[in-house]
Amino acid sequence: MSTTPIVSTMALDRGYMRRDSMAEFWRYRELLYFFAWRDIKVRYRQAFLGTSWAVIQPLFNMVLFAGVFGRLAHMPSNGIPYPIFSYCALLPWTYFSVVIGLASNSVTNNHSLVTKVYFPRVLLPAGTALAGLLDFVVASLLLVGMIIYYHLKVSWLILLTPLAVLLMVLLTLGVSMFLAAISVRYRDVKYVLPFVIQLLLFATPIIYPVTMVPKRFRPILALNPCWGMVDSFRACLLPNQPVDLKLIAVSIGLTFVVFVGGFLYFRNSEKSFADII
Amino acid sequence: MSAAIWVEKLSKQYKLGHANPTLRDRISGMMTLDFLREKPEEETLWALRNVSLSVQHGETVGIIGRNGAGKSTLLKILSKITYPTSGSTGIDGRVISLLEVGTGFHEELTGRENIYLNGSILGMPKKEVKRQLDAIVEFSGLEKFIDTPIKRFSSGMRLRLGFAVAAHLDPDILILDEVLAVGDAEFQKKCLDTIQKLRASARTILFVSHNLAAVENLCERCIWIDHGEVHMDGKSQTVIKDYMGSMRKSTAAVMDLGETQNRRGNGKIRFQGLEFLSPEGIPQKVIRAGDPVVMRFHYRVHEPVSFPSLGFRMHTETGALVTETSTSHHGIYIPSVALGTGYLDLEIDCLNLLAAKYAISLWATNQNGSLVYDNVENAVTLEVDAANPYGSNFVIDGRFGIVFFPQKWDLTGMSGHVQSTPDTLMNSNESLTRD
Repeated sequence: MSTTPIVSTMALDRGYMRRDSMAEFWRYRELLYFFAWRDIKVRYRQAFLGTSWAVIQPLFNMVLFAGVFGRLAHMPSNGIPYPIFSYCALLPWTYFSVVIGLASNSVTNNHSLVTKVYFPRVLLPAGTALAGLLDFVVASLLLVGMIIYYHLKVSWLILLTPLAVLLMVLLTLGVSMFLAAISVRYRDVKYVLPFVIQLLLFATPIIYPVTMVPKRFRPILALNPCWGMVDSFRACLLPNQPVDLKLIAVSIGLTFVVFVGGFLYFRNSEKSFADII
Repeated sequence: MSAAIWVEKLSKQYKLGHANPTLRDRISGMMTLDFLREKPEEETLWALRNVSLSVQHGETVGIIGRNGAGKSTLLKILSKITYPTSGSTGIDGRVISLLEVGTGFHEELTGRENIYLNGSILGMPKKEVKRQLDAIVEFSGLEKFIDTPIKRFSSGMRLRLGFAVAAHLDPDILILDEVLAVGDAEFQKKCLDTIQKLRASARTILFVSHNLAAVENLCERCIWIDHGEVHMDGKSQTVIKDYMGSMRKSTAAVMDLGETQNRRGNGKIRFQGLEFLSPEGIPQKVIRAGDPVVMRFHYRVHEPVSFPSLGFRMHTETGALVTETSTSHHGIYIPSVALGTGYLDLEIDCLNLLAAKYAISLWATNQNGSLVYDNVENAVTLEVDAANPYGSNFVIDGRFGIVFFPQKWDLTGMSGHVQSTPDTLMNSNESLTRD
C-alpha cells in the first residue's frame, strides 16, 4: 500500500509487543519519572510532617517490635541489638509491603489514563516502585544513624548493599506488576492483600532470626522470596550473620522468577485493560 | 502523497453482559462444575467489522456516524489503547491522539505541574515542555492561577489548561475525538484556529465529531461509519448530505398526538400531530440552522367550529419563550373548518434558530382566545442542528445564543480600513480555502 517505512504497525501477533518494547520503554523513560514524581508530590502534599512519615512508619514498627519481642519476649537476635536487628529487615519489608499495596491499585486508579491515552502500562506499577525508593532512602538514614549509635562493626559486605537493594526492587516490581494486572480483572485483590501482607510479615524472618525456625522447615522458608530480600540486607549490613547460602540462593532465584513472571503476566493482560477496567 | 494512516480489515468484538466476573463467580463456577458443561453462547457485539481505509499525508478527514457506530472504537484502536479482534493498522509518523482534553490531570498538583505531567503523558519531552512553558501558560490565559492546585480550578479553566498543552504539541498526525463538544465559544474558536493552523502546515488530522458543520468546514473528506462498517467515504459535502438524509428517513414520522391525555380544552378540535417538512415535502426530524422548513399541523375537528385560531408556542429547554404565533396573529380569519381531519402549513423560509432542542406547545382556540378547543403543552420537540448560516467557516451552534438574524457587516465606515478581498483573507488564513 505504501513505500514509506512503517514507524509503528500493530497487528495481532504478540511479537509486536516484544519487538520494540525495549526501545519503547526508553522513549517513555521520562514518563516513568513523572509518574514517580506525581506520586511523591501528591503523597506528601498537605501533610505537615512531609517525608518524615517515611521514617516514622518503620521507626514505629521497630519500637513496637523491640518493645514486645525484644524486651518482653527476649527474642534472640544473632548477637545484634534487637532494635537494629529488626529495623534492618523492616526497612526492605516496609518498602516491599507499602509499594505492593499501592501498586496493586496503580492501573485501576488510573483508569482515566488507561482508557484515553497510550503509554507502556507497566510504567504505572514501575512508577509507584520508583517513588517508593524515596521513602526507602529517607528511612535508610535512620539505619545509618543506628549503626553509628550502636557502634556496629560493618564488614566489607556493606559494599554489596546495592545488590540487596536491586533484589528488593526486582521482587517488589515483580509482585507489583502481577497484582496490578490481576486487580484490573478481580478487584478482590484490594481486600485480600492486607491479610496476605500481614501473614507474610510473620512468615518471613523479620522480627525473629531464622535460627528460630527448625532446620527441617527452612527449605520451606526458602520458597518465600521475602526471606532472600531481608536476609540479604542483614548479611550486607550487620556483622557476623549466619548465611545458609544454598537456601538463600533458592530464595533469590525465586525473586527472578517472580520478576519475570510478573512482567510476562502484565504484558499479556495489558492488551485487555482498556476493555475491562 | 502516501498513506499516513491505514487500516486493513479491522474488526473489534466486545463481549456483552458479564464483562467483569469476580473471583467469586469464578470459584462458584468451579464448584458447580461449570467448566465441564458446554459454554453458553456469549452475547457479543461487533463494534467494528472489516473496516479498511487509508488517510494520506496532509489530509484532514472527519469521521461521522450515530452514537455507538464504532467511531471512538476506531480511534482507540488507532491510538493503541485497545486492541482489535482481527485486522491490522499502521501509522507513519509521530502520532498524538487527543481523546480527551487534559488527560491525566491530577487534582492535587498545580497548573504548572500539570502542564509537565500532561505534556509528558501526551509524549512531549520535558525539555520541550520547559521551552514552551511560557507560551503554554500564556495561551491558557491562566497566568495568575498557574501555581494553584487545579482542584480549585473551574471546569472551564481545566479545559483551557489542557487545550493549551495540546495546542503546543507538534505531531505529524493528530487524532481527535469530539474535542469540539465541550467548552464555551471562546474555547471552541481556539480549537478551530489550532486545527486550522495544523491543517495549513500539512499535518494529517483525523477527527470524530457530531458537529457536522465543523466536519464540513474542516475536512475535505469525510467517512461515515454505521454499525461498525464504513458506510460511505468521500467528499465531506456529499457524505454529510447523505448522512443527514438518512437521519431524516430513519426517525422522521408524524408525531402522533391523537392519544395524548396531557391536554386541555373542550375537544372540538384535537391536534393529531406536527410534522417538519423540507420545501420538497420530505419529512425531517432534525433541521439545520438556517434551512427552510414547513411546519404541518395535523388536526381533527370533532364538532363544527367557526373562526378558530390555531397556533403554537416554542420554548427553549430551560423554559424561555422563544416565540408564539398563530393564525390570528397574522390576521387570518377562518370562517369555518370542515369536520374530520385536515392540516395547516406554516412556511418558514429560514429557520433562524441556533442548534438546540425546542419544545413546541400547540393550541387551538376561538378567535379571541376566550374558549380553548385544544392545548397540548410540550407536544413536540424540534431539534435544530448546528450549521453555518453566515456562510463563513465558523461553526455557529447553541453556544452563540438562541437565534441568529439575517445580517451583514458593513465596514465602509471604518477609517483606514483596506477592503479585504477574498485573496488577502486567504493569505492571513490559508487553511480556510476549500478546494
